[in-house]
Amino acid sequence: MDIATLVQVLDSTLRLATPLLFACLAGLISERAGVFDIGLEGKMLVAAFMAAAIAFVSGNVWIGVAAAVAASVAMALLHGVASITFRGNQLISGVAINFLAAGITVVIAQNWFRQGGRTPSLSGDARMRRIDLPFAESVRDVPFLGPVYHGILSGHALLVYVAFLCVPLTWFVLFRTRFGLRLRAVGENPAAVDTAGVSVVRLRYGAVAICGVLCGLAGAYLATGLSAGFVKDMTAGRGFIALAAMIFAKWRPWHAMGAVLLFGLLEAVANRFQNMEILGLAVPVQAMQALPYILTVVILAGFVGKAIPPRAGGSPYVKEH
Amino acid sequence: MALTEPQMRQETAASDHAIELRGISKAFGPVQANKDISIRVRRGTIHGIVGENGAGKSTLMSILYGFYRADRGEILINGQPTEIPDSLAAIRAGIGMVFQHFKLVENFSVLENVILGAEAGGFLRPSLARARGLLQDLAREFELNVNPDALIEDLSVGHQQRVEILKALYREADILILDEPTGVLTPSEADHLFRILRGLKDQGKTIILITHKLREIMEVTDEVSVMRRGEMVATRVTAQTSPTELAELMVGRKVLLRVEKTPAQPGDPVLQLENLRVVDSQGVEKLRGISLDIRAGEILGIAGVAGNGQSELLEVLAGLRPAEGKARLRGTPFPLSGSGADAQTRRAQRIAHVPEDRQRRGLVMNFHAWENIAFGYHHDPAYNPSAWRMDNDAIREDARGKMERFDVRPPDPLLKASGFSGGNQQKIVLAREMERNPDLLLVGQPTRGVDIGAIEFIHQQLIHLRDAGSAILLVSVELDEILSLSDRIVVMFDGRIMGERLPEATNAQELGLMMAGMA
Repeated sequence: MDIATLVQVLDSTLRLATPLLFACLAGLISERAGVFDIGLEGKMLVAAFMAAAIAFVSGNVWIGVAAAVAASVAMALLHGVASITFRGNQLISGVAINFLAAGITVVIAQNWFRQGGRTPSLSGDARMRRIDLPFAESVRDVPFLGPVYHGILSGHALLVYVAFLCVPLTWFVLFRTRFGLRLRAVGENPAAVDTAGVSVVRLRYGAVAICGVLCGLAGAYLATGLSAGFVKDMTAGRGFIALAAMIFAKWRPWHAMGAVLLFGLLEAVANRFQNMEILGLAVPVQAMQALPYILTVVILAGFVGKAIPPRAGGSPYVKEH
Repeated sequence: MALTEPQMRQETAASDHAIELRGISKAFGPVQANKDISIRVRRGTIHGIVGENGAGKSTLMSILYGFYRADRGEILINGQPTEIPDSLAAIRAGIGMVFQHFKLVENFSVLENVILGAEAGGFLRPSLARARGLLQDLAREFELNVNPDALIEDLSVGHQQRVEILKALYREADILILDEPTGVLTPSEADHLFRILRGLKDQGKTIILITHKLREIMEVTDEVSVMRRGEMVATRVTAQTSPTELAELMVGRKVLLRVEKTPAQPGDPVLQLENLRVVDSQGVEKLRGISLDIRAGEILGIAGVAGNGQSELLEVLAGLRPAEGKARLRGTPFPLSGSGADAQTRRAQRIAHVPEDRQRRGLVMNFHAWENIAFGYHHDPAYNPSAWRMDNDAIREDARGKMERFDVRPPDPLLKASGFSGGNQQKIVLAREMERNPDLLLVGQPTRGVDIGAIEFIHQQLIHLRDAGSAILLVSVELDEILSLSDRIVVMFDGRIMGERLPEATNAQELGLMMAGMA
């Protein structure tokens, strides 16, 4: 493998990891607060559709992003109402959101654009522009630094950088602020939070709303940054891969970044080497593309050590003495 | 006491009362949990509240801490009418609560738990620093030493309780409510707690102590109020009352606090254990060589703080957990693991088991009383007229008889187990196991969460079974129960037997030391 190929693969790793990273941090915050969310997939899908549709109609990608976030937050609050206010089963609510999203996006897209459940391709200002980092051109030919800085780090959409900045931000909020302390506490023992005079419901809604915002960004990047428009089921299980990454990372932000980079790398490798031969055997494309999903199964089957979720995760809080 | 008595005789103005409740009532559906309750708690005193399970103590305290709102009535804090719609309002009114089940975040540090909800600002660092300083002061002043950086899950129960007290003091609570605080403590930990409470009282704090242990009431409180069936039936100055009077007020009739029994007439050994060892699934050694024997017609009491191997011992003998070692039943060896070491075989060998946790292991809460009474004995030919049919009518009839003889109220076999009170649930389990006249009865925590009236009855039944010639292995964390029922006492600590004593030749103090591993 030459340097150019390596740079290409790593460059697309960052891009492919971005929606996963947003979704993974979204799930992490929600679950740290004790609300399990397998509806990441559905929220991303709705956000992807809204981003593409509104960006196309308005011609401005940022209006699309705003619409995506709004739609995703609305779905998140739906999950909140079901699982926090009405104390419903969080898994079922999440599944419902995934089904709802899969159906509603295609129906509306077909009704609106009549292109078989997709949105028209985006171009110009309706897509996310790539940003060149400062001095990227001037270090282009410097050995090592050039390929890393110019080839890999520079030239991505704004949301890619936002996603990676969210990692230290999430860490700081969770472990260095009052909000983070309460958020973690409510996922471990909501009764402790309640008896300390803090509202469990408000905290959990807060976490769910943040989860919605991050899923919105994930979906928006998927439709307007990574691709140029919405197609049916375009999230392709990324919400679930993000969940696997979150468990792999044991609900820790920095580890989450490592996990999504691994998944991103596998996807990038699969995309780059579509027809690979190993020891004279042709590896089918499908086998390569299945890699991230196989890793997901391996992780969820618990091959990577014991992952202990937040103790109050998945259970609604009922005040009792 | 010498200090407080003159205070108490003083003519008191309203503001001498830290808390005054007037006519508090609270109903849950048709159940009237609190009926027109009025109580006054003097500032700077320790006020006990006693009552049986379900008497409404916890409901009343939940109202004070903003968990429930009273249907009627008024709360006055320091003479001021105060609304307490939620816990935050209670904290602001200077009330701190130490719940029976601690409200701590297990994988947080002591400091983090203390500041949770009372942080000094948006960022944690300054809050933690401030709390660290304050905690040091409190530790010096009240013997409340806890390592501020320790994780809660690594602390002993006694230390966890101190964290709860520190939480309240950090929020500048003037009134401290403790709900059954000694249920999980060793005697020496309980003594330490009482020292802390007296220290707090001397600083002018008001303490409400909810307990069902009359000995504690007599030991630390200045005044005591008694609740029965949702009503406040009496308030006494502790120095002018007695445990007997309090017990009568609680139950509404005369009760025997001492168990009446004749000396045991031990017969042949029923169970002989030699060097019993258990290693649990995490590789921790739970039993480290237990040897003991029990004879027919005697009660062997096993004392110990919960978690020192007593539960495992019961489980091994009941056929619920494999072990290594030698065991003989009526002189015949029997297997402790592999085939023949299951619960069904043990029952067939006339070993009956009353599990420690009746709701999880003793009963299926969603099933009827008659079904629960058949469990474990469902192969009984009397229940099975033919190989393929159970005679449910016969089981119900049998269940009704057993329930009547064990004074289960109501004696209705068609009621679900969850529909009975804790004491009556326990009587259902006891009826199932004891009516079979087992050779060996294994009984864990027979009166946990059971009210005084039912305790008396259960103790009498155990003595009857003993006198009828059964061997009884009694595991209990209640020292009083061990002392009054047992013919011999064995103390367990850390999976080992610390020693054996005769009840008439020992006392709670000595046993307490042995339970703490010091002897």
